[in-house]
Amino acid sequence: MERTAQVKRTPKKGALKRDDGWAWVMLLPNVIGFLMFMLIPMVATFVLSFMEYDMLSAPKFVGLQNYKDMIEDPITRQVTWNTIVYTILTVPVGMVLSLLLAVALDSINYLKRFFRGAYFLPSITSMVVISIVWQWIYNPEYGLMNFFLSFFGVSPKKWLTSSSTSLISLAIVGIWKRLGYDMVIFLSGLQGISTNYYEAAQLDGANKFQIFWHITIPLLRPTTFFVFVMAIIGSFQVFDQVQLMTQGGPGRSSSVLVHYLYQNAFQYFKMGYACALAYLLFAIVLVLTVINMRTEKKMRETF
Amino acid sequence: MLKAGIKRNKIIRGIILYAILSIGAATMLVPFIWMLSSSFKSLNEVFVYPPKLFGEKIVWQNYKQISSRFNFFSYFCNSAIVSAWVVVVQVLTSATAGYVFAKLNFKGRDKIFILYLATMMVPFHVTVITNFLQMSRYGLVNTLWSLMLPASVSAFGTFMMRQFFITVPNELIESAKMDGCNPFMTFIMICFPLAKSTIATLAIFCFMNTWNDYFTPLVYLNDERKYTLPIGLAAMKGMYSTNWPVLMAASVVAVFPVLIAFLLAQDAFVKGVMMSGLKD
Repeated sequence: MERTAQVKRTPKKGALKRDDGWAWVMLLPNVIGFLMFMLIPMVATFVLSFMEYDMLSAPKFVGLQNYKDMIEDPITRQVTWNTIVYTILTVPVGMVLSLLLAVALDSINYLKRFFRGAYFLPSITSMVVISIVWQWIYNPEYGLMNFFLSFFGVSPKKWLTSSSTSLISLAIVGIWKRLGYDMVIFLSGLQGISTNYYEAAQLDGANKFQIFWHITIPLLRPTTFFVFVMAIIGSFQVFDQVQLMTQGGPGRSSSVLVHYLYQNAFQYFKMGYACALAYLLFAIVLVLTVINMRTEKKMRETF
Repeated sequence: MLKAGIKRNKIIRGIILYAILSIGAATMLVPFIWMLSSSFKSLNEVFVYPPKLFGEKIVWQNYKQISSRFNFFSYFCNSAIVSAWVVVVQVLTSATAGYVFAKLNFKGRDKIFILYLATMMVPFHVTVITNFLQMSRYGLVNTLWSLMLPASVSAFGTFMMRQFFITVPNELIESAKMDGCNPFMTFIMICFPLAKSTIATLAIFCFMNTWNDYFTPLVYLNDERKYTLPIGLAAMKGMYSTNWPVLMAASVVAVFPVLIAFLLAQDAFVKGVMMSGLKD
C-alpha cells in the first residue's frame, strides 16, 4: 500500500542525526490541538456511549443499554433504512453520470475548463444556498421542477412536502451537488490510463464503444471502486440538506442517521444515546474503509 | 471516400459530446442563473407561473434589504473572522507538523503519524458531541472560539503538507544544517517558501470548507449576533421563507467570495478536492 511505502521512504534511523527536541517543540501546537479536539473527544464519545447523560445531572453508567435501545428503537431502524435508501438512490446514478461526463470531458479539446468549472460549481457552494434555490425549484405551485416536468406530461408533485417524494427530492440535490466532485476524480483516473492501450485497440480496429467498454472501464476499475466507496461513506453522513430542506419530514420520511444523532444530542439532550449512534456510524464507515483498503491492495497487485 | 466518412463520423461524435456536456452544464448552471435573476425580481414576479427567467426591471432594493432587515453584515463579518483564523492557523500548524513528520528524525514519529492518518476517516459527528460538552464546560459555546479552536488543527492538512515536504531533497536540508541553521530556521527560511503551491491549495480548500460550514455553527451557536453566514442565511430562510428575491440576493452575496476564489484558482480547488478524496 502507498501509505506504508511512503512511511518507509522517509530517512532510516541513524541516517540523520536525531532531533527529538526540535521535533517536539515544533510539533507541540499541532499535537495539543489534535489531542484536545480529536483524540480525547473520540475516546470520550466512546465512554459516553455507555452512559446516560442529559447535561443537567451527572453521567450515569448504564452498560450496553444505549446499544440495546438502538437495536430496539424503531426510529433508529427507520432512519438507518432511510440512509440506505438515500445511498441506493444517489450512488449508482451519481457514479454513472459522473463517469459519462468525465469520459466526454476527457475527449474534447475546446471549452474544457469552462465545462469542468460549471460541473464543479455546486461542489464549492454552501448547502444553505443550494437548499434555498432548490426549495424554490421544488415549490409545488410556482417552482421550476413541476414546470419543467410538465413538458413531459408529468403531473405536478409536492416534492419536499410529501412523504413519498421527500427522500427522492433530497437525493436529486445530493447527486447534483456531488456530480462535479466525482467527475474530477474520474477525470484524473482517465488521465492515468496510458495512451498505448488506446492505440493498440485502435490498430486492432476497435470502435469507440468497444474501446470504452473493454479498455477504459476495466482499467478505470480502481478509480471506480474508490469513488464508489467514497460516495457511500459520504451518503451515510448526509445531514445538511435534510436539516435545511425537510427537517427529516414529513413525519420521519426523510430523516437520516446523522439527523437523528443531531436531534438526540442537541435537541433531546440524550448525549449517551447520541454517542452510541455516532459509534454506529463510525463502525459503518470503518468497515467500508477497510474493504476499500483491502480491495485497493488487491487491485494494485493485479494491475 | 473512407477518409471523408471517418471525418464525418468525427464531427458527429463531437456534436454529440458537446450536446451531452452542454445539457449537463445547463443543469448545473440553471439554479445559479435563476438565483441571480431572481435576486433582481420584485416579490410578485417570483410567484408567476409559468416561471420567467427575467423580471420586468432590475430591483436593486433586494440587495439593500438584506442588510437593513437582517444582521447580514454581522453574519458576513463573523464568517470572515472565523475563516481567516482557520485558514492562517491551520496552514501554520499543518505546515510545521507536516515538515516535522517528513524531515525530522525522532522517536515514535511513524507511530504518531499513523495515528493522525487513522483519524482522518473518523466521521466529524463522532467528535462533535464531546467537543460540544468540552466547549460548554470552558464557557466557549456561543462564541466564535468554539468554531475556531477545533478547526485550528487538521489531520488532513498535516498529511497534505507532509506529502509535499517528503519531496524536498534531503541535501537541501543537510546543507542548511552545515550553514548553521537549526531545524526551525531551515523550515521557515528554506522549506516553507518552497511549499507555496501546496499551501495555496490547502488554504483555498480550508477557506471553502470553513466559509460553507453549516453543521458546526448549528451545533455551537444560538445567539443570532454570533451567527456565521450559513446559519444566518438558514435563519433568514426560516423567518422569511417566501421573500425569495431577498433570500436570493443574500445567497448571491454569500456565494461571492468562494466564487471569486474559484474563478481565480480553479486548478488549486480541483487539486485540493482531489487530495481530500485521495487521502487514504
